[in-house]
Amino acid sequence: MADIDLSSVGKTFAGTPALQDITTRFDDGEFIALLGPSGCGKTTLLRILAGFETPTSGQIRIGAREMANAQTGVSLPPEERNIGFVFQSYALWPHMSVWRNVSYPLEIRRFSKSEIARQTDAALASTGLEAYADRMPSDLSGGQRQRVALARCLVSDPCAVLLDEPLANLDVALRATMQGVFTDFHKRTGATMVYVTHDQAEAMAMADRIAVMDQGRIQQFDTPQTLYERPKNRFVAEFVGRGTVVPVQEVTQAGGARQARILGAEVAVQSARAEKQVSHVCLRPENLTISESGDLRSKVARVTYMGGKYLLETVTDCGARLFAETRARFDVGAQLGLTITTPWAFSED
Amino acid sequence: MMSVAQQNGGSRSEARLLSAILIVAICLTLAPVLRLFVEGVTDQGRPSLTLMRDVLAQPSTLSALKHSLVTAGFGTLVSLVLGAAFAFLVALTDLRAKAALVFCLMIPMMIPPQITALSWTQIMGPSSVLLKTLGIAPPLGAPQPLYSPQGIIFLLGIQHMSIIFLTLRAGLRSIPQDVVEAARISGAKGLRTWWQVVMPLTLPSLAAGTAITFVTALGNFGIPAMLGIPADYATLPTLVYQKLAGMGTTVLAEVSVLAMLIGAVAVAGILLQRLCQSRQRLHLVGSTSRPLALPLGAARLPVEILLWAVVFAILVLPMFGLLATSLVPAYGVTLRFDTVTLASWYEVLFRQPVTSRAFANSFGLAAGASAVLVMICLPLAWLMERRKTRLARLFDSLLDLPYALPGVVLSIAMILLLIKLPFTEATLYGTIWIIFLAYLARFFAVMFRPVQASLKQFDPAMDEAAQSVGASLYRRLRDVIFPLSAPAAAAGAILVFLTAFNELTVSALLWSSGTETLGVVIFNLDDSGETGMASALAMTIVFVVIVLMALIQLFSRRFPKGVVPWQT
Ligand SMILES: Nc1ncnc2c1ncn2[C@@H]1O[C@H](COP(=O)(O)OP(=O)(O)OP(=O)(O)O)[C@@H](O)[C@H]1O
Ligand SMILES: [Mg+2]
Repeated sequence: MADIDLSSVGKTFAGTPALQDITTRFDDGEFIALLGPSGCGKTTLLRILAGFETPTSGQIRIGAREMANAQTGVSLPPEERNIGFVFQSYALWPHMSVWRNVSYPLEIRRFSKSEIARQTDAALASTGLEAYADRMPSDLSGGQRQRVALARCLVSDPCAVLLDEPLANLDVALRATMQGVFTDFHKRTGATMVYVTHDQAEAMAMADRIAVMDQGRIQQFDTPQTLYERPKNRFVAEFVGRGTVVPVQEVTQAGGARQARILGAEVAVQSARAEKQVSHVCLRPENLTISESGDLRSKVARVTYMGGKYLLETVTDCGARLFAETRARFDVGAQLGLTITTPWAFSED
Repeated sequence: MMSVAQQNGGSRSEARLLSAILIVAICLTLAPVLRLFVEGVTDQGRPSLTLMRDVLAQPSTLSALKHSLVTAGFGTLVSLVLGAAFAFLVALTDLRAKAALVFCLMIPMMIPPQITALSWTQIMGPSSVLLKTLGIAPPLGAPQPLYSPQGIIFLLGIQHMSIIFLTLRAGLRSIPQDVVEAARISGAKGLRTWWQVVMPLTLPSLAAGTAITFVTALGNFGIPAMLGIPADYATLPTLVYQKLAGMGTTVLAEVSVLAMLIGAVAVAGILLQRLCQSRQRLHLVGSTSRPLALPLGAARLPVEILLWAVVFAILVLPMFGLLATSLVPAYGVTLRFDTVTLASWYEVLFRQPVTSRAFANSFGLAAGASAVLVMICLPLAWLMERRKTRLARLFDSLLDLPYALPGVVLSIAMILLLIKLPFTEATLYGTIWIIFLAYLARFFAVMFRPVQASLKQFDPAMDEAAQSVGASLYRRLRDVIFPLSAPAAAAGAILVFLTAFNELTVSALLWSSGTETLGVVIFNLDDSGETGMASALAMTIVFVVIVLMALIQLFSRRFPKGVVPWQT
């Protein structure tokens, strides 16, 4: 009932584009993550969805309702969109108790006293905050504050929940717990959630689909698995999971299988069926095995212990830097052979 | 309107409310100033400069202009020496009890000038009760030394030293310790660090403070009126007062020109101050480290004693003078155990109908102005912070004008604007409403700036959170913005109340029988020789001022930075 539809949405700040030609669709009940480097426009996209900013081009629909349309100048103010927003700074009202913070949205909607009490208690219970109802926000820990913010945005039953780096202010351990809180919550309510983060692991762990953004554009929008295994272009390949992108030569096609010469070695590659030609491959540690007989000779440049395994940064004879993983220890400067197995190939101009 | 809403994405109701309040605020603050300007350059509706030329050619105008420039100029010099010495010592060294010192140094600024003048005349001259009691009074017939240009200069200097002190101290505190330490490591010693590092960095704030002190001294009415009129030494503000009091509104056109003349000098000063302040901002970038605290070593105790002695001399001593005068049965009697009487206090506080009326008037005006200004400034400051339209930015840069311009200028402007209301025969001149509107205009900035300072530190997400749960503009203002900026608004309201309660310059030109304010009553009591009663009333007011200031001080920790003027 509440799909979010964006068609060629753009936003320009004083002449510089922050978002360009975003056309996409978030399905009802999906958990979407927006991932990308700093300044790529994630927050801007979220604020446009919420109505805090208006797009300079394109239009946005949620369900059957038109939210914003740059052509006609229509822009529904945020208070009429029924969208929940969770801020990185929590944005709890410091002068209201936890209970009042959570019940305020219902108060605005003029629910009856008993109804407000019932729903507020339910929202507090679902975020595990019953014991804190009478506290002031300043007397809560960071994680508790974030849960109050979540409860506040849920209580009004929004058609979508937007979260802007909600865990960025929390420490690592608390982050893991809160990720659980968010996913549980999503399962239980089935609300559409759009979650901004620049932590890949977080996005991979929680999202149904991830939109990878760069320079104001969505570069790829797929499930975490597809994103990792089948990147569409160099940016996604390098950004997600630290892939190394190298060019390929002499691509030969035999039936459904493709062969290519990579760094001097003849290797079978995978690629999207629709791709007519491929120009680059993405090499991840999983694609590289270390063996004496490996035909890619390289030298260890740096060794990082990753707990139970080592990450080797190696330099091949032709100068490419590749990352490999191993359980055995190697010294810096050691010579070894690498074998490439079925890397993902794509075309890039 | 549409395009504004487009840019910022908020709701259209915000844009509409902003325009509405902005129009009210502009009518209130800028319309009178504009009206005055029009009056000066027209003659019966046609553009003309003849009147201006005539008035400016009068010898009385020229001598008043000269007197104004001399007293304001040298008065500023006195403020500069006193204020700068205190500021350097308090901001840069390891003096003890700095907070108490700062609080005491702020009191002169908050005590109304007519009371400063009255209190100093009570500790000098042949008829000083205090000097007589101590047996060191000059012989009868000797002149009152304060009834002279030097007296005016000296008191203007004391009255406004707090301004220099505050701006310079703020500038000095923003010099990070590491800048001085870097100079020391590079080999600069003692006075050399001082001249080559500290001084150049503080010069802009010193210049800004000097300019604004000059403008304030130029507009001061209480001191030159109490000291200059008996000595037949007129400055521009007192000349305007004398003309208007003597001949009424028939000379309105003429005094408008005089008001414009003061205004022009003041605007030059304000522009200079703005220029200096914008240059100062360059230095302030990225200074977050600890402020300086140079050790004074063995000199600390003597310096502390000296500073407190000065505070005693300029603050406590005149108060003793007032107290002594208020406790004797008749002016000139010595104060002894058998002559002490509370008759003046009783008479002025409970018997005189004028004083109780003035109390009611001043209280009503001050409280009313605070309340109305809170209602206007809170939403306006918030909306201007949210949507920085061109008109809003223009208003932001001009709204200090009615406060910075001398009170005489604003009073004349108000008379011109309200003496005949458009489309009617009604007039507000002579009613309490003209004083009220003048107060709203004059103290707008006093209310607006603290509220603005606090809202600048306000996380916009707080408002957006309310917006995203569906709260309308009205609900957001009521439930989120107002409660959160309430401390700043309260501080602003107390400041407005404080200044309005003591105000003299504006009401001196606008009052009529029945609408006297406390400032006017003290001035008139002293004028008619009732010095005892004037002193008793003045003591009462000083007491109220200190209590209100202490109240702000008490809560100052709960105010955001920049809200309390003496805690920059
Ligand atoms: N109000 C604004 N005015 C001008 N430029 C803006 C404004 N808001 C954002 N930008 C610009 O738009 C671009 C995208 O900003 P945005 O905040 O969306 O980035 P982001 O992806 O959220 O980055 P981060 O991960 O650092 O939060 C940036 O280049 C930013 O400088
Ligand atoms: Mg962001």
